[in-house]
Amino acid sequence: MTDMNRDIAGLDPEMTAMAEVAGSDAEAVKAAREEIAPKKTLLDVRDISMVFGGLRAVSNVNMHIDEGELVGLIGPNGAGKTTAFNMITGVYTPTEGEIWFDGVKTSGKKSYQVTQLGMARTFQNIRLFNELTVLDNVKIAFNMHVGYNLAQAILRVKSYFTSEDTITEQAMELLKLFNLDKYADSLAKNLPYGEQRRLEIARALATKPKLLLLDEPAAGMNPQETKELMHMIQWLRDNFKIAILLIEHDMGLVMGVCQRLYVLEYGICIANGTPDEIKSNKRVIKAYLGGEGDD
Amino acid sequence: MDSGFMQQLIQQLINGISLGSIYALIALGYTMIYGILKLINFAHGDIYMLGAYIGFAATTMLGLSFLPAIILSMAGAAVIGIIIERVAYRPMRKAPRIAILITAIGVSFFIENVMILFVSPQPRTFPAVFAPAVYKLGPLVINSQQIVILVSALVLMAVLTYIVNRTRIGKAMRAVSYDAEAAKLMGINIDSVISMTFALGSALAAAGGVLVGMYYNSIDPLMGMVPGIKAFVAAVLGGIGIIPGAMIGGLILGVVEALVSGFISSTFRDAAAFGILILILLYKPQGLLGKNVREKV
Amino acid sequence: MNSVRKFDIKALIGCAILFAILQGMLEADFIGAFWELNMVLICINIILAASLNMINGYTGQFSIGHAGFMAVGAYVGAIMTVKLGLDFTVALLAGTAGAALLGFLVGLPTLRLSGDYLAIATLGLGEIIRITILNIPYVGGASGLMGIPRLTTFTNAFWLMIAILFFIKNFKNSAHGRACLAIRENEIAADTMGIDTTKYKVMAFTLGAAFAGTAGVLFAHYFFIAHPASFTFMRSFDILTMVVLGGLGSMTGSITGAILLTFISALLADFPEWRMIVYSLAMIILMLYRPQGLFGSKELSMKMLRSLRIGRGKDND
Repeated sequence: MTDMNRDIAGLDPEMTAMAEVAGSDAEAVKAAREEIAPKKTLLDVRDISMVFGGLRAVSNVNMHIDEGELVGLIGPNGAGKTTAFNMITGVYTPTEGEIWFDGVKTSGKKSYQVTQLGMARTFQNIRLFNELTVLDNVKIAFNMHVGYNLAQAILRVKSYFTSEDTITEQAMELLKLFNLDKYADSLAKNLPYGEQRRLEIARALATKPKLLLLDEPAAGMNPQETKELMHMIQWLRDNFKIAILLIEHDMGLVMGVCQRLYVLEYGICIANGTPDEIKSNKRVIKAYLGGEGDD
Repeated sequence: MDSGFMQQLIQQLINGISLGSIYALIALGYTMIYGILKLINFAHGDIYMLGAYIGFAATTMLGLSFLPAIILSMAGAAVIGIIIERVAYRPMRKAPRIAILITAIGVSFFIENVMILFVSPQPRTFPAVFAPAVYKLGPLVINSQQIVILVSALVLMAVLTYIVNRTRIGKAMRAVSYDAEAAKLMGINIDSVISMTFALGSALAAAGGVLVGMYYNSIDPLMGMVPGIKAFVAAVLGGIGIIPGAMIGGLILGVVEALVSGFISSTFRDAAAFGILILILLYKPQGLLGKNVREKV
Repeated sequence: MNSVRKFDIKALIGCAILFAILQGMLEADFIGAFWELNMVLICINIILAASLNMINGYTGQFSIGHAGFMAVGAYVGAIMTVKLGLDFTVALLAGTAGAALLGFLVGLPTLRLSGDYLAIATLGLGEIIRITILNIPYVGGASGLMGIPRLTTFTNAFWLMIAILFFIKNFKNSAHGRACLAIRENEIAADTMGIDTTKYKVMAFTLGAAFAGTAGVLFAHYFFIAHPASFTFMRSFDILTMVVLGGLGSMTGSITGAILLTFISALLADFPEWRMIVYSLAMIILMLYRPQGLFGSKELSMKMLRSLRIGRGKDND
């Protein structure tokens, strides 16, 4: 495992401000890791960059997430958060660097393959299957787990029926958890905004992920809804035992729920650490309050 | 033997360039309309056909000579283009892309079949507007029609380039094509820009129609189908929405077709065009001069 | 889900009753040769429309070259019976398989394209297929492949159609069908649901092409001839019109569209020059006032049918 140095970079408070501990002695790192972080690393982002034309949208970002961790990725608008997100989920292939997920190299893999490995996401601008029912939206996410093939589906053998029943049942259960069961038969596009957000999260969970990535889930919500959402995110992590990576441009929002934060500015990771550390980090304060004034 | 090959090659190049400049004329309209409305105007090939018929009527019934006939034909086609946009496309501007595409196919079939009904499906002989002189440059042959086609196409393209780059309306067209919403906010009247685009594009297609009628001496109501699609291929080849692209694409397509029919078989001429289309779509869908754009996630 | 099975059985019984009635009318010479021909044509057109609907309606991939696959089916099938003297069943299987194979080979690279570009590429492919056939002397070139025995009957056309419709219905109601619908709705979101979008697009395209091939075999073996002029862009547009008229994404819509347009076509048989004008005008007006077609993407559902007290079989006609 060559990803240890980055592991502790995030967990060891001493090292956080530096963000990087590249080139540490591997043995020492290993020992340190076992002491500090008994949990398994799920996502390991190694030095990724994304260049569009001449523009470096993301530059040498490192990041890691352990199993069950709730991590935030913050930064002013245009800092490269969504680009980083898209690289992690396989929408873009990083021009430099590698991404490992659950022991598998995922950079270069396609989006659907990354999902099949256990990574699910939502979109900043909600992307539901609008003309399909709420139930079908969730059932589609169970597709990877169906127990029949095309011929069996066409011939309608027993495994088709049992598998369909199971999927429908599981999908309904999931909808119930999100208080969406009463909408099961309505079209997704007819749901109110907040419910659409919830459905998108429910749908992502139906793929049975180990890591859930939420791209600005609070966008377009009022403070009350945002607060509820934050509660829900914590509940998600505890209830489904998954790791969560949350993108937000609003710092205050994520402070309360995330265990650790990464801060991006102009495509560069300028800090990472616990919310308290980030709050007192000079560069972060400058990025948010100085010059820019974007947010 | 070798010089014979060279001679045939150059001869086919001459044929290809004159054919290609007609494709370019039609492709220009496609590309301008696509650039502004993101619409494949399937009826564009039929406007080219209508242009040929107007030119035919002008020379036979009115007894006009080449220049007034082509101008009349261009003016007539411009009006038809504006009417088609008003009646069929404008109400669909917010509709899904597939619905608009189907409408365009519908308009195309409508024009073709109405023409079949009125002028009969029989081909008509286009009168010889120029004395069919043949010039020999050593072993090579170039006839007066080819020279007329080349000169007309060059003049029209120069005029179009001037309009698009130097005039107010041209500037407005470029603005709408770049970002229609922003152009609207800047006070540009989108509707009149679109009408103008259809008028210009249709006029060029009509000129192409007259030139082809003159070149092949024959016109019929379905003559627009295949060249229409091929001109679209030319537009895609050059990079759709890009005006110089349409010119280059048209010329390349014409030359390739001439080479295929000269050296392989004329029956495969049409397949060559579609082959180019599929290759370009697969390997460089943005076209030779186009830039790569990706969907924002 | 017992209700699903019951529905299938009921639908089959409905089809059988409908078939018995129509066949009885044929035997009693109640239906003349002209309308018998149109009944067969309706079956063929329903197969064509429903299969194109798999590609355009369910998967949202805009293909307008369906006639090309029909042509492949027609010619491959005719080679089997005319040139090789094989059985009609072999012809049907070979025609279907040939079109499927071509659909797969063509779909794999082209389905990377989307929207207008895919439409134009499929149009081009349809034409390439036709031009290629035109240049093969073995199958008669421009004069067509003649002397095909009339092996298509109303009976085999009807039951093949029913079988294909059941196939398509079951496909839509499976995980595979849902994957296709997801691609139509939002390809990027489908991707993040772990759906291999290319695979399902090619799957829908291949299956759609296969059934167009079946329809082609039936067509050639009813009209004695396979001719390149039968498979032009006009034919593709015909099929597209049926699908769009009924409503993209609705199988019952495709069925209705196919029946309606075949009827209109039959009624206008004496005025061929008006046929295409009516077609194209209908298409433009439909797009202007009801772009979603008669049924939208909805099916004439059981509920709807129950409330109307009409058997399912009727819609399968």
